[in-house]
Amino acid sequence: MVEKKTNKVALGIIGIFSAAVFLAPFYLALINSLKTQKGFLLDVIGLPGKYFTFKNYVEAFIKLNFLKSATNSLLITVTSILLLIVFASMAAWMLVRTKTKLSTIIFLTLSAAMLIPFQAVMLPLVRIMGKLHLLNPGGIIFMYLGFGAPLSVVLYHGFVKSVPAEIEEAAIIDGCNKLEVFWKVVFPLLKPITVTVSILNAMWIWNDFLLPQLVINKPEWQTIPLKMFYFFGQFSKRWDLGLAGLIIAMFPIIVFYLAMQKHIIKGVMQGSIK
Amino acid sequence: MQKGAKMWFWIFVGPILFAFTVVLVIPTLMGIAYSFTSWNGIASKIEYVGFENYIKVFKDIEFFTTFWFTAKFAVVSIISINLVGFLLALLVTSGLKGSNFLRGAFFIPNLIGGLVLGFIWQFIFTKGFDAIGAKLGIEFLRGWLSTEATGFWGLVILMTWQMAGYMMVIYISGIQNIPDSVLEAAAIDGATNWQVLKDITIPLVAPAFTVGIFLTLSNSFKLYDQNLSLTGGGPGNSTQMVAMNIYNTAFKFNTFGLAQSKAVIFLVVLAAVALTQMYFSKKREVEM
Repeated sequence: MVEKKTNKVALGIIGIFSAAVFLAPFYLALINSLKTQKGFLLDVIGLPGKYFTFKNYVEAFIKLNFLKSATNSLLITVTSILLLIVFASMAAWMLVRTKTKLSTIIFLTLSAAMLIPFQAVMLPLVRIMGKLHLLNPGGIIFMYLGFGAPLSVVLYHGFVKSVPAEIEEAAIIDGCNKLEVFWKVVFPLLKPITVTVSILNAMWIWNDFLLPQLVINKPEWQTIPLKMFYFFGQFSKRWDLGLAGLIIAMFPIIVFYLAMQKHIIKGVMQGSIK
Repeated sequence: MQKGAKMWFWIFVGPILFAFTVVLVIPTLMGIAYSFTSWNGIASKIEYVGFENYIKVFKDIEFFTTFWFTAKFAVVSIISINLVGFLLALLVTSGLKGSNFLRGAFFIPNLIGGLVLGFIWQFIFTKGFDAIGAKLGIEFLRGWLSTEATGFWGLVILMTWQMAGYMMVIYISGIQNIPDSVLEAAAIDGATNWQVLKDITIPLVAPAFTVGIFLTLSNSFKLYDQNLSLTGGGPGNSTQMVAMNIYNTAFKFNTFGLAQSKAVIFLVVLAAVALTQMYFSKKREVEM
């Protein structure tokens, strides 16, 4: 009994210590973003004290054109995910319910494509998109639909397999066509995996840097990661300002996470099981 | 298929298949074709050059150094990410108070982009480490990211910190799937904690290890954003990884054809390594 108690205490200490290690970088970034340039140069570890300022945040917010870049990021991420949900779920359901060689080949090709590194396709892709005049936000959404297709279809595919077909047959007898059957009967049942698909795709699309860098050539279309990259290139010697910018960039994600923590962790678990 | 069924099939599968084909299938095939040309990204005339690019790649010592660096990084970070992730999973499933808070803290770095995290850690290594080293007189903490070795370990630390929480979540679901009856039986038999871990937890979590290793493997090999923002490949090109080397080959030197042949080699190696790993993990799972 005594041994068990000391075990618990030891575990608790390990827990607190590891949480501190994990959060320390955020803490150091936060305190230094609140210092004046002089305060930063004098002492990196201590609290801001008399060198406290909020000016870095104001300046970074303006320099990042944050409202604009956050709107761009949000618009691109949300639209891409909505399209992925609609078309990946439809395709996965049809692929599961159609037992032909063609549907097997399509599914296997999609699964295999998960291995293709972005670098293998980026140069030809930009060329094709340039020829189609799609080097713009619309084009980037289309590209996310393509890049997100393999994982999203595979996830839906795995889930649909566990949905019994009998309910759908009843709906067909009632005279529904396939679109009605899917949207009225099947899609509501797919909700858990829809959450997973949205979260896993949101995590990379929101943070994606290289594709927007190659595709977006107008400042007014820049997303947060892109803006951040150029901002940092410009102010690489000004850590006080740079850190404030980084914290602004992280802010929407952290708020989103705190609001959705349960769904996010569950979504990631679901995504890994299959 | 009947005519009606065929129409419905394409209505459902068509849209995403179209995007997938335009974005992934055609560029992959075109990419393979371009790797045999002198494409430079600017001139509209593209000439067939046979295996010239591939011969150049095999003579390119820097590319081999880069590949070797990437492979070393992948091996070390796969071990450290999964080990830390598994230990964190054990910690938060041990019935500790405040486990939910801990899970949250460990998971947060995953949601933030590699670019932002790389900049933050650049600050931690070059300014934070330096200040702590100066204060405590620890020489080891000074001058991080200014040598190949500290750049390497910097990348490993960054990636472990970022991805361990994700692996933790995967391992938590593995641990929670262990039937209580098995654990109760072990307790009645008087098994020690270590025996439970070694003979029950680890073997039963093995399928999760397959997923975890696969994810870390492909992420480590494809790493670009963190590489760019943490070390930028420096000092010199000593911490440059494959993805960055391909990018630079294309955009710094305008040798798109050469970059494309490197990308094809990268694709083949990545597929081979990933498939081998899947094959062996699956085989082991069955045996256990």
